[in-house]
Formats: sequence, structure tokens, C-alpha cells
Amino acid sequence: MKLLKRPLEAWGMFLIFALIVVIGTASFFIKWMPPLASNRISIDQMMNVLFIITGIFFVLVQGLTGYFIWKYSDQNKERSTYIPGSYALEVTWTLGTAIILAVLGIWGVKVWKKTVIQAPPPNALQVEVVAQQFSWSFLYPGPDGVFGKLNPKYISFLNPLGIDPKDSAGKQDVWTKDDLYLPVGKPVVLRIRSLDVVHSFFVPAFRVKQDAVPGMTISTWFIPEKKGKYEIACSQFCGRGHYTMRGTCFVVSNVRFQKELAHLRKEDEGE
Amino acid sequence: MTVDKQVERHHKIPGFWQHYIFSTNHKVIGIQYLITAFASALIAAGMAMLIRLEIAWPEHSWPILGTLFPGAFPGGVMRPEVYAALFTMHGTLMVFFFLSAALVGGFGNFLIPLQIGADDMAFPFLNMLSYWVYLTGLLVMLSSFFFSPGGPASAGWTSYPPLSALKTAIAGSDWGQSFWIVGMAFFIISFTMGGLNFVTTVLSMRTRGMHMMRLPLTTWALFTTAAVGILAFPALTAAVVMLFLDRHFGTSFFLPSGLYVAGKLLPNKGGSPLLWQHLFWFLGHPEVYIVMLPAMGFTSDILSTFCRKPIFGYPAMVGSILAIGSLSFIVWGHHMFVSGMNPYLGLFFDITTLIIAVPSAIKTFNWMATLWEAKIQLRTPMLFALAFVSLFVTGGLSGIFLAMAPADIQLHDTYFVISHFHFIMAGASLFGIFAATNFWFPKMFGRMMNETLGKFHFWITFITYYCTFFPMMFLGLHGEMRRLYDPVQYYTMFKSLQPINVFISINAFALGAAQLVFVFNFFWSMLRGEKASANPWNANGLEWTLSSPLPYENWEGNSPEVQRWPYDYSYPGAAKDYLPQVVPEQAAAGNY
Amino acid sequence: MEEIRRMEPIEGIHGLPEQVSAEQFAPSAFSRNRKKLMMWIFIISDALLFGSFLAVYTFERFISPSWPDRWKIFEPGYLAVMTVVLLSSSTFMAVAVEGLKQGKNRRFGFFYAVTILCGIVFLAMQAHEWAHFIGLGARLNTNPWGVPLFSGLFFMITGFHGFHVLTGVLILSFIGVLKLMGKVSDETIELAGMYWSFVDLVWVFILAVIYLL
Ligand code: HEM
Ligand SMILES: [Cu+2]
Ligand SMILES: [Cu+2]
Repeated sequence: MKLLKRPLEAWGMFLIFALIVVIGTASFFIKWMPPLASNRISIDQMMNVLFIITGIFFVLVQGLTGYFIWKYSDQNKERSTYIPGSYALEVTWTLGTAIILAVLGIWGVKVWKKTVIQAPPPNALQVEVVAQQFSWSFLYPGPDGVFGKLNPKYISFLNPLGIDPKDSAGKQDVWTKDDLYLPVGKPVVLRIRSLDVVHSFFVPAFRVKQDAVPGMTISTWFIPEKKGKYEIACSQFCGRGHYTMRGTCFVVSNVRFQKELAHLRKEDEGE
Repeated sequence: MTVDKQVERHHKIPGFWQHYIFSTNHKVIGIQYLITAFASALIAAGMAMLIRLEIAWPEHSWPILGTLFPGAFPGGVMRPEVYAALFTMHGTLMVFFFLSAALVGGFGNFLIPLQIGADDMAFPFLNMLSYWVYLTGLLVMLSSFFFSPGGPASAGWTSYPPLSALKTAIAGSDWGQSFWIVGMAFFIISFTMGGLNFVTTVLSMRTRGMHMMRLPLTTWALFTTAAVGILAFPALTAAVVMLFLDRHFGTSFFLPSGLYVAGKLLPNKGGSPLLWQHLFWFLGHPEVYIVMLPAMGFTSDILSTFCRKPIFGYPAMVGSILAIGSLSFIVWGHHMFVSGMNPYLGLFFDITTLIIAVPSAIKTFNWMATLWEAKIQLRTPMLFALAFVSLFVTGGLSGIFLAMAPADIQLHDTYFVISHFHFIMAGASLFGIFAATNFWFPKMFGRMMNETLGKFHFWITFITYYCTFFPMMFLGLHGEMRRLYDPVQYYTMFKSLQPINVFISINAFALGAAQLVFVFNFFWSMLRGEKASANPWNANGLEWTLSSPLPYENWEGNSPEVQRWPYDYSYPGAAKDYLPQVVPEQAAAGNY
Repeated sequence: MEEIRRMEPIEGIHGLPEQVSAEQFAPSAFSRNRKKLMMWIFIISDALLFGSFLAVYTFERFISPSWPDRWKIFEPGYLAVMTVVLLSSSTFMAVAVEGLKQGKNRRFGFFYAVTILCGIVFLAMQAHEWAHFIGLGARLNTNPWGVPLFSGLFFMITGFHGFHVLTGVLILSFIGVLKLMGKVSDETIELAGMYWSFVDLVWVFILAVIYLL
């Protein structure tokens, strides 16, 4: 009974901390991330391991804090114990966290190298992504595989991306607005740029996000691995219509992809 | 100490204007800062309510708002530009004009001279100037709601160019952004004046016996914060000057060639939008610690006081404050992992960010160890300090995700980030401020804050804070972006998350409403609260050796002689369970 | 009391308050030079502002595909004179302060005036240089040498420095007048001297980064 004689606040805090631990832990067992649809599985693995490590610390630290608050609110004791510190304990937890973080750091470097720094395979499909307020355009090279130059000087109603009419490489390039077609299983390099402000190309299901910065062409690559329809989001605030700046990515079979491309070319010539 | 002296002192207390308005007294300036900062917090919290209203019920028509603000809510529906202006001003006001001002300007001014045994700041006039410049900056910021064509700044508190540099890119970049720049310039000047003062004061005005390793952690933290601010703000100064030139004088510091905006090709040439991001975050990240560190200091002192037990590992606490302060200058790139900067730089910032987690962990463990074997008194300040630890842990652990560059690819610019910094920076600092206000209130106004109201405020705030911000992590993991005026009209992938948004908003309203209890408690206790004794919490710091409320002049020339560190609680053999810093060794067992 | 004396640190536990010794009551080393300390901190902060601007210059220069050849733009001789004028003024200021300390008022007055004069000459030369470039068509957003960013940075950074020199000259003159009226302390003059040396020192970095490198 003595054990239970504690101020109400102690019980309250105990309860809240317990709830934080229980609800916090339980909710992280739910799969919140959309199912992976690209080759970036290492990011998911990393997230899972992070959930486990931070989860353990979360339970330990929040739980222990809650428990301590409850336990040491005991008012029967005459005085607190005078403990200004302990080298042994402090060195242990400093080294402990340092080692865990060092391991995480090394691993982070590895995954970063694999996902972002590593050069794409040479056979990768190249797509130029052009962001502008508030739409996405996607430019595919002609059969030559080379993009024509883009120059905002030439932007007009019929040529909204400013494809340089003097550059022969650009003659057969085709572009689409808001809809991106990708062949399944084939590496794709997105060459991301922006005409006006900073945007960000984000497909949650692919674990791909890359800012589109005017004045720069930034490449990122991945392999879409599941057929389907995915929403492309702009994740960098870019103005009034930021929330409307949605594109759609269709991951289709290679045959269907070639068909779409041929269709686009025909439309282009028709003009 | 005779009647003569008292009469003389009486003469020195200036009249109303000089005492309460244009005061050079650090205590008055501190309270001015604190109350002004609370006012801007209320305004910014009101904005947050409107933001949450819009996210939970996007483009819903609220006739009352339509009547109240016909321009911003035509037909009761918020315009997208207004949404942008709201989150921009919410962030700016909260980070700079509330947290920084309340912690550094408010508590820094109020506490530093008291805790080091000085009569005032080193340069009282500069100090007064600092407040008035701050107030001017705040008024400039707020006036953009009324006087600026196009409305207030709308490019986010981070103000990334070109959006913030081009008048045609968004309505708020017309004039609002210039108001923002001018307001920020005032703020930086004010902060620099304060910071110079604080650093000088702590280094040069400590009373006899108060060597650095006897400073309360609050003063250590405020000192480090001031130093970090002085070193970090110049980068933002340079950035806003250049943004101003880009906006009004046709330069292209942040504007690259070939910009095509609103149907027009712009003549700018050669600049780099990333340069702004580097400069902004060179300040922006240390700014996070500018608001974190003082709250960490308060928490350490308050935990120790109400545990009746020394703070655990004082040297490590001081060391980690200094480590966090200095490391905070080399982690800014973690805000830019997907910005297009050289990916090898990403590796560097990945590592530095993980390193800065070590001192943060040390602090957490030390706080927990302070609870161990204690006899805890759960008064209101203590409750807030304990909640601070919880928020800090939650925010810190979510920070590990963001520090890992590959994981940040998924989480950057989503609600995960919003959740993370509302825990670690906003929440922790906010709870630190509540703890400190409850704790030092008797010193400010000579009265105690009401415990019942204080605890009521605490429970509601603590619970609804978690309920508001924790679910945001799930939104973020799912991919929902921040700064979305309407998350469901265009995106189908966020439709299933909308009930979470409604839940969050309802809690946010409760959270907001609970703050009114605090405001009421603050002013009511100021006038009607129970009279406080000189040392109502039986604490050790020098400020508790003075009367409550404080005399106009702190020590009236008899500065105290410090005998010990401020953490001798439950000192074995001492007569009472606390030993003020002025009690010499020989007297510890006797009456004091 | 007995008990306290006998208490030994518990094993592995540190942080017990040390015994008080006399030297711990010595006032802080900074307490006599409070204003100087503040001046130093201000100078560090201001130096970081210049540092930011120069870092910006370097950043933009490296992302720019080309950069104007400064030797074709600036007149080395003219620059040398500007630099010598500014740097020697620092020396004059130091001599003036030294004179002040030794109570040699005439020496102080002479060198103090020369310092201000040097500042004014520097400002005039800079104004002339600016006028020259503006005459050639250089503006904040354009210039005849190709890279528009260059002139923007040039005018911004040298302008910002010139503004500091101007402030310095005004402060020195103001303090000088006060001194004549006997209303200013030696410390204030010393502080002004610190600021002045800082402004001169910054010039060396600007010279190196913008004009020479
Ligand atoms: C009253 C409780 C608060 C609520 C309900 C709240 C809510 C929000 C929400 C919903 C957003 C996201 C807006 C969006 O992305 O569209 C936001 C952004 C933000 N909040 Fe708060 N907030 C609160 C308190 C604070 C505090 C105390 C701070 C102090 C640091 C703060 C700082 C920020 C910042 C810096 C942003 C980012 C603004 C931007 O995107 O430019 N908030 N807040
Ligand atoms: Cu956008
Ligand atoms: Cu940061």
C-alpha cells in the first residue's frame, strides 16, 4: 500500500508516459510508407532498421523516465541521495551512443553512395523533367538518344519547353505534359530542371525525391519495378498553385511504352 | 544600511516612463521582451489554427470567416495565397519573434545578471535599444498584413529564391517579402546587440567566487546561445541584403540565367538559388539550437531543484552545451540533402549530424539520471520540465531518420519534418518557456502563479501536443508534403489520410485554447496571485537570495560572494536539503 | 560541520564542490576591459559578415563559367596607393593612441588628424574609382566586362566596406570634436582605434579576394 501512496501527478505522468510508449510503439508497426515500387529497397531496409533502433531507445528512455517519475515521487523518503555524477556511467552511455551512431553513419554513407552517387547503368532510359509553375513536362529523346538543347528564349505557345529549333538533335524529341510513361524494369535517368522557381520531383512509392532548381540540371536514377499508376508530387513550395502541381507516372510494359512513344512522335509530326 | 541609504535608493528609482517603458533595467527589459514575445506567439498560434482549419477541411466555406475577413476568405473559403502567407508568418513569428525573443531577450535579460551576481548587463543602454529595435522589427512584420500590396511574405519562413525574389512568382513576393527582409534586419540587429551584451556580461561581470564552472546551466546555455547567434546571424544578414538587391536593384545573386516566369523571359544571369539555401541554413540550423539550448538550461536547473538533487554530470552538461553550440555550425547541409548540392557534401553533413546527436543523448541520459534516487516534487515547473525531456527524446529520435541522408530522401519536406521540429525545437522550447515562466514568475512579479490553473494548463497542453504532432509523422511517412493548401483535391494518395488530419486539427484547437488558460493565469497571478517568499522553491541560485519581487537594483552594491556551485541539494551533512551558493562550507550545517 | 569535513567523494562519483581557495575569489580577467571585450566580439561578428560576402563572391565565381580578368579592369598603381593610404592610417592611429597614453597631446592631435585625413582620401579615391566604372557602363546588374555578377558583387562588397570606412571617419571626427571639448575618455578613443584597424584589415582581404586572386 505504501507503494501506491503517491501524489496524483505522479500517477498522471506515469499514465501519459505509458501511453506514449504503448501507442508510439504500436503505431510504428503499421506500414505507413506506401508499398515500394522501385529498386530503392535499401532505403526501406534503412527505415526498418531505424524504426527498430530508435524504437528501442524510445521505449527505453520514455519508459524509464515515466517509471522514474512515478518511483521517485515517493514522499516517504527523507532526502534525495546526493549523486553529482558517475564517470563509469557517463562514459558508458557516451561511447554506447557514439558506437551505434557511428555504425549508422557508415551504413548511411554506403546506402547514399548506392542510391545517389553511383552512376546509372549505361543502357538507362533518359528523360528530361521540366518543372514550371504549376506543371510537369517530360521530354524523351528521339531515336538518336540525344536531347536537343533547351533554351527559354524559344518558349512559345507551341514550344512551351523552349526546344532549340536550330539544334538538329532536338528535331525528333517529344514531350508530354503531366503524364510520365516509364517501361517497367528498365533503369531510368531523370534529368530534372526548372524554368522558374524551385520545385521538387517526388514519387513516394519510388522513394525518389529531387529538387528541381532553375539554372541546374540535376540527375537522379532508379528502376521502376512494379507496373501501375503513381502520383508525382511537387514537394517544394513553389507558389499559389503548389498543391495543384501533380503529375502521373505510368509504369508500363516495354511494348506499351514503345507504343506510347510512337504515338507521341506521330502527334508531333502531325503538327 | 541605514535610513539614509534607503532614501538615496528611493531617489534612484525613475519615473513611470523611464521605469516601465524606456527602461535600461535588465529586469524590466526582460519582462518587456517576454510579454511582447507572448503576444507574437498568440498571433502566430492563431495563424496555426487557421492553417489547421484549412488542412482538415480544405476549401470548406466558413461564413464567419468570410464576414470577418472578406478579402482573405471570399465566400468564407481561404484563398491559397492567404494560406501561404499564414504558414510563412507563423514560422517567422514563432521562430524569431517568439522563441528567440522570449528565451534570449526575455529570460536571458532577466536571469543572466541575477545568476552571475551582477547589478545589470554590461551595457544597459544597448540593452534597451535592443528591445526597441526588436519591437520595431515585429511591427514591420505585422504591418505587412495591412500595408503591403500583395499581402505579407509568402515564400515560407525559409524564403527560398527565386520564389521570394521575383515579384511575379507569388503575390506575397510583391512587397510582402521586402517587409519581411526589413523586419528580419531589425531582428538581427536587435539580436546582435543583445548577444554582444550577454557574452560580455557573462565573461566580465561575474561576482566574486562565481567562476565559470559554478555557473548555473541556464546561464551557460544562454551564454552559448548568445555566442552562437553572434556568429551565425551575419550569414543571414548577408543573405537578406543580397535578396533585397536582387528584388529591387536587378542583381542576380540568387537568380540564374534563363528564368521564365509568368510568360516572360527574365534578364537575370548567372546566380545560384542554392547559395541562398546555404546562407540561410548556415544561420537556420544554429537558430534551432539558439532556441533549444536555453530551454535545455532551464530544464536542467528546474529538474535539479525539484528532484532536490544535484544535476547529474555537470561537467558533461557544460561540455555538451559547448559541443552542440560549436557543432551546430557544420551541420547545415542536412537541410539540403535533396537540394541538388554535390552529393559528396551530403555524406559530410550526414556524418556531422550524427555526431551532434551524441551530446544531445548525453544530456538526455543525464536528465534521467538526475531523477534516479531523487525525492521528486511535481510542481508545475517540474511537470513542464519533465515533458520537455519527453518531447526532446521524441524529436531527437525522429531526427535520426532525417540525419540519415537516404532516409531523408523520403521524408524531406513532408509532415515528418513538421512533426520532428515541432517536437524538438518548437515544442521543447515552448515547454521550456512554460517551465521557466512558472518557475521564475515569483522573481518577476513577487507572486506565485496559480498551481491549479498551471497544472490544468499543463495536462491539456502535454496531451494535446502529442496528439497534434505525433500523428504528423505518419502523414510524413506516407509522403504527405508540408505547405499544402489542399492535400486532397489533386492528390488521391492522401485521401485516406484525411481522418488523421481532422484528428490533428481538433487537437490543435484544444491545444490553442489551452494557451488562453496560461495567458489568463499569467495576468491574473501577476495581480492577484499568492504573495511569494524570497525563495519559494528552496532553490540555490543567487537570484533566490534576493527578495520577491526583486529590488530595483539587484545587490545595491553589495554583490554576493559565491562559495559553491548551484547544485548542492540534499548535500550530506547540511542542515537543509538545499545549500544556496552563498553559504560557505563552515556554515552548511547551521542555519541559513 | 564535522560531517562535511569528513565526507570523501563517493567512489566513481565526481563533481563534488571543491574547497574554496582565495584565488577563486579573484574577479574575472575581463572585468576591467569590458568595453574592449565587447568591441572584440562585435569585430568578430562584423568580420563574419564580410566573411560571408567574400564566401559568396568565391562561390559565385566558381560556379560561373568565366570570370573577368581583373588585371585588365583595375589600375594596379591606383590600388596600391589606396591600400597604402588606408593601411598607413592604421599605423597613424596606433601612434596617436600611444601618444595619448603617454600624455603627449600634440602628437596625438597630429596623428589623429592624419588618420581621419587618410580615411577621407581613401573614400575619395574609392568614389573616383566607382565613378570611373560607372562611366564605363558598369552597374549592379551589368558591366562591359561580360559577367554581370562580377560588378554586382564588386559594388556590393566594396560599397559595404566603403560604408564602414565612412562610418569610421564620422565616428573618429565626432570623437575628435568631443575630445577637443574634453568630453571623451581615452578608452573610447582606443575603441575607435580598434574599429579603425579592423576596417583597414578587412580591406586586405577584399583586396586579395576581389582584386588580386
Ligand atoms: C500552437 C501550436 C502550433 C501548431 C498547431 C502549429 C501548426 C503548424 C502546422 C500545421 C504547420 C505546417 C504548415 C504547412 O506545412 O502547411 C506549421 C509550420 C511551422 N511551424 Fe508551427 N505550429 C504550432 C507552434 C509552433 C511553434 C511554437 C513554433 C516555433 C518554432 C512553430 C514553428 C513552425 C515553423 C518554423 C513552421 C514551418 C513554416 C514554413 O513551412 O515555412 N510552430 N505549424
Ligand atoms: Cu511545388
Ligand atoms: Cu538543421
